[in-house]
Parts: sequence; structure tokens; C-alpha cells
Amino acid sequence: MAAFILRRLGQAVLVMLTVGLIAFALFRFVGDPVIFMLGQDATPEDRVRVTQLLCLDRPFYLQYAAFVNNALHGQFGLSLRQVRPVSTLIVERLPATLELSFMAALFSLAAGIPMGVYTALRRNSWLSHVLLGISLAGVSLPTFLIGILLILFFSVQLGWLPSFGRCDTVQIGWWSTGLLTASGLKALILPSITLGLFQMTLIQRLVRSEMLEVLRTDYIRFARARGLTDRAIHFGHALKNTLVPVMTITGLQLGAIIAFSIITEQVFQWPGMGLLFIQAIGFADVPVMAAYLCLIGLFFVIINLVVDLLYYAVDPRLRIQPI
Amino acid sequence: MILRRLWEHDLAWSFRRSPVTIVATALTLIWVGAALLAPWVSPQDPFDMASLNLSDAFTPPAWDEKGIGRYPLGTDNQGRDILSTIMHGARISLGVGLAAVLFALVLGVSLGLLAGYLGGRVEAIIMRIADVQLSFPAILIALLIDGVARVALPGDRHDELAIPVLVLAIGFAGWVQYARTVRGSTMVEKSKEYVQAARVIGRRPLAIMLSHVLPNVMGPVLVIATIHIATAIITEATLSFLGVGVPATRPSLGTLIRIGNEFLYSGEWWITLFPGIALVVLVLSVNLLGDWLRDALNPKLR
Repeated sequence: MAAFILRRLGQAVLVMLTVGLIAFALFRFVGDPVIFMLGQDATPEDRVRVTQLLCLDRPFYLQYAAFVNNALHGQFGLSLRQVRPVSTLIVERLPATLELSFMAALFSLAAGIPMGVYTALRRNSWLSHVLLGISLAGVSLPTFLIGILLILFFSVQLGWLPSFGRCDTVQIGWWSTGLLTASGLKALILPSITLGLFQMTLIQRLVRSEMLEVLRTDYIRFARARGLTDRAIHFGHALKNTLVPVMTITGLQLGAIIAFSIITEQVFQWPGMGLLFIQAIGFADVPVMAAYLCLIGLFFVIINLVVDLLYYAVDPRLRIQPI
Repeated sequence: MILRRLWEHDLAWSFRRSPVTIVATALTLIWVGAALLAPWVSPQDPFDMASLNLSDAFTPPAWDEKGIGRYPLGTDNQGRDILSTIMHGARISLGVGLAAVLFALVLGVSLGLLAGYLGGRVEAIIMRIADVQLSFPAILIALLIDGVARVALPGDRHDELAIPVLVLAIGFAGWVQYARTVRGSTMVEKSKEYVQAARVIGRRPLAIMLSHVLPNVMGPVLVIATIHIATAIITEATLSFLGVGVPATRPSLGTLIRIGNEFLYSGEWWITLFPGIALVVLVLSVNLLGDWLRDALNPKLR
């Protein structure tokens, strides 16, 4: 047990160090790191101080160590474009991305599970074929195109929903939320659907195939023999057993949702971290890019680590074979 | 005689049986034709500034009241014919997609062969990297590589280097699948007699890998490659839409959609919608073709 966790932890740290190395290489070799930390108009004394602080006069590995140390403390210097600490920029943008990702995940579950159950129970009804057709479109349409089509239809043609930004937000401490105002919630609808559609089709297909599998098993047949109602069988027995893989997939897909939010944020001009990153590329704002690189790497490493450990907890076979 | 045998062949048989595949093939061929012949058959050269007429900008499609017959799908903000830009855009989209797939294929197959045939430490390192990369979405990797490369390259050479950088980024994001498949089948082939025989007669490992193992592991690779083309085209379109792909001077379908997106709110929907439809049709037909190829080549599914 301990060996397994240590191995996985070691791997996670190694991945983070690699991601950090890429970010550091960007930081060190593209432009001037002293300017990155202090901004354009710094005094010569400050420059000398930062040069020493970053070990820029020392060997490469010490510079890297200093960078990692700073990164661990959340210090990535000043954004070149906005002349503010990168960490504050990220903290400002984080709630927008997380709320969007959360709502997208919620949408994909709330729409995907019922659709999957329905298409499994009524395999040959016309509605099932329509739903499967929708899911095919969800897989083959690129995310940004779905967003554009939704904007074209619901914002431009019908004028029902806002097409960009978060509208009104409420500030709770450092967290700005759009969940508490009507316009904020309305602004969330189209982006969450855009972002969650791919995961929705994934969940729908997963639930459908799992349900079909479970409905064929002996204990379902036995439940029928006992004369239980269809409702009790379908939802009490069958659905419950399909939800375990659904939870795993949703957990794994959370990282993908956060990553794909870059595209959705660009389409809807959603003021989140993804938009920050895309704008940073456009302006060659290296400190912001380095910070985003590390942060997104950290998200993925944590999610994969948690899923690995959960597998280990759930699946006894992993405990016998050394991997 | 040869034609007759080709007609009776298994693949041809399953091809004739599936009308969807025939339509998809026809559409794909039309796209490839349009892309290859774009400079000659497109109604207008959208990159020739002299032929552009700014007073024709924002012309709606021909069936609209204000449409002009010369521009069947309307024009964009610079008076470029949408149909022509789509044909030229498909050329770039398909080109980048194919080149990226080729790069991923060569890289993935080589690493997979090395890992499967040599085993040991080489295998451990390659497959560990593959595992780690697989835990990130391919499009994110492509975006990160592309973004980092754009910032790292000197600013004045962005436009000419944009396409090679894009090809490398998309290709590098996709090599893992090939490597894993090839490694698996290489390990199977390695233990077979013909490989042992080749080893006994003293052929060098590299020669065995290339002339004996490689032909026998390429089957599944080709299927992956077909489906990968569609993914690569989508990735290219997405990166171009985000504004980090091909430059606006040589627009791909994704770039066209991004340019058109700015005019969506003012009612000029055709500038973004037609390239969008073009992209979807292209991706869908390539995808259907890939699906059919996978099913047709897999005897288990027959």
C-alpha cells in the first residue's frame, strides 16, 4: 500500500518537475527574467537584488531550484502586459473557470444520465434514435463551432441569452460568483452547454451500454421473477450499478473540462484562466504562460493521482500485483 | 481481369454494401479534389489583392435579395468570395492535417517499434512518457507546444513558420496511440518464428525491425491514421480559431470561422457559418470513412 502510494506520488512530483522545467525554460530563455519579476521600470538596485534572488548569476540547476521555490510560493513575477502580479491575476480568474467547469460537469451529468437511461430502456423508439443522433453530432462537431451555433441561434436570432462575459457577479471574499444573480446564471447557460456537450454524449453512451449490460444479468432477471415493478428494477437496481463507472469517468473528465474551457472561454469571451492564457500567448506574456502551464499541469496530476488511488481502494486486484 | 478481382475483393464488397460509406467517400474525394485544384477551379483568387473589390464586401449569399450571382455563398469583410476562401482554406486544413498525421505516424511507429523490439530500459522510458502524455488531452498538448513555440520564435518569422510549428505541435500531440499499438503488435511478432529465423541468420536488429516486423504491424496503424486525420483537422481548426494557428494571410477553415465570428453579431452570419458547415462535412466524411475501414479490416466484427 505505502509503496504504491509512494510510487504514484513520486511519479506525480516527477511530472510536475518536468512541467516546471518547460515553464522555467520559457521564463529563462525567452526575454529577460529580471523584467518578468519586476516590470519594465525597476531601479538598478532592485535588478541586482532580483538577479541574486533568482540565482541568475549561478549555475543552471540552482536557477531552476530558485524558480521551483518561487513557484511553490505562488510567485511567478509580474504580468508583462498588465504589470500586476501573475498570482493575483490567476486568483481573480480562477472562480470564473471553476464555476463554468462545475456547471458544465453538472449539465453533462444531469442531461447525460437520463438520456442514457432512456435510450437503453426504449431502444427502438424514435426519440432514442434522435438522442443518439444528437450525441453523434456532439462528438463530431468541434467545441467552438457548437458555441458559435448556440450564439447564433439563442443570442443573435432569438435574443434570449447573453453571448459573452459573466454579466453581474457577487463578490464573496476573493471569490467572485455568478451563481447568485439571475443574469449571472443566464450568462452561464450557453457556455456550460457548449463545454459540457462532449462529456454529456460520453456519459449518455456509457450509461446506455452499461444499462444494457446490467439489464441482461441474472439478478435483474431474478428481480423480475420476484415481481418487482419496472421502476424499482430500472432505477433501484440497474441504474445504481451503472453509476460507479460513470463517477470514475466524470472524475477523469473534470481535467478535460477545465482544459477545454480555454476554447469555450474564447468563444464566449468568458473572463477565466483560459482566456488569460490565450491572450498571454498573443502578447508573449511569458510569466502568465509559465504560471498557467504549472497550474494546469498541477490540476491534471492531482486528478490522475486521486483516480489512481481510488482505483487502488476499489479494485483489490491492484493490491496483489506489484505494478 | 484485375478490375474484376478488385471488384470481388472483400473490402470492395463491404464498400458496396454500405451506402453511407459511398457518400462519405464521394464527399471526401470532392473535398480532396477541391483542395488540390483550388487555385484553378475556385471562382476567385482570394489572396490576389488586385482581384478584390472592397465595395463587394459583406455581400450576402446569392439566394438572398441583395446577393450577387458572382458570389454564390456571399463575401467577407474584404470582399473575398466565401466559396473560394473555403476551397483554399480546405487546402490548408487538409494539408496541415495530413502532414501532422504523417509526422505523428512516423514518430509513433518508430518509438513503438523500438520499445517493443528492444524492451528493457528503452521500453520503460518511452512507455512512461507515453503514459504521462496520455493523461493530458491531445488538444491541450498541441496548444501548449504551439503557444510556447510561438513565443520562443523570433517575432518577424512567425507567419512563415506558423504552419510547420502547427504541424509539429499537432503531430507531437498524437504519437502516443501509434506507439502503444505498434509496441503491442511488435511484442507479438517478435516471438514468432520468422523473426527468430532472421535473427539466427544474423540480420541486424534495425534491419529486422524495418524489413520484417514493420510490414506486419502496419495494418492497425493505417486505421488509426485515418481516424486521426479527422482529429488533426479539428485540432488545427480549433488552434486557428483560438488565433494561435495559421496566420490570417493564409487562412484555414478555422481561421475563416474566427474571422467570421467577429461579424456574427452584426448579422453577417454567412461569413462564419459556411466555413463551419464545410469543416463539419469534411470531418464527418473522413470520420465515417475511418469507421468503415476499421470495421471492414476487423474480421471479428463481420
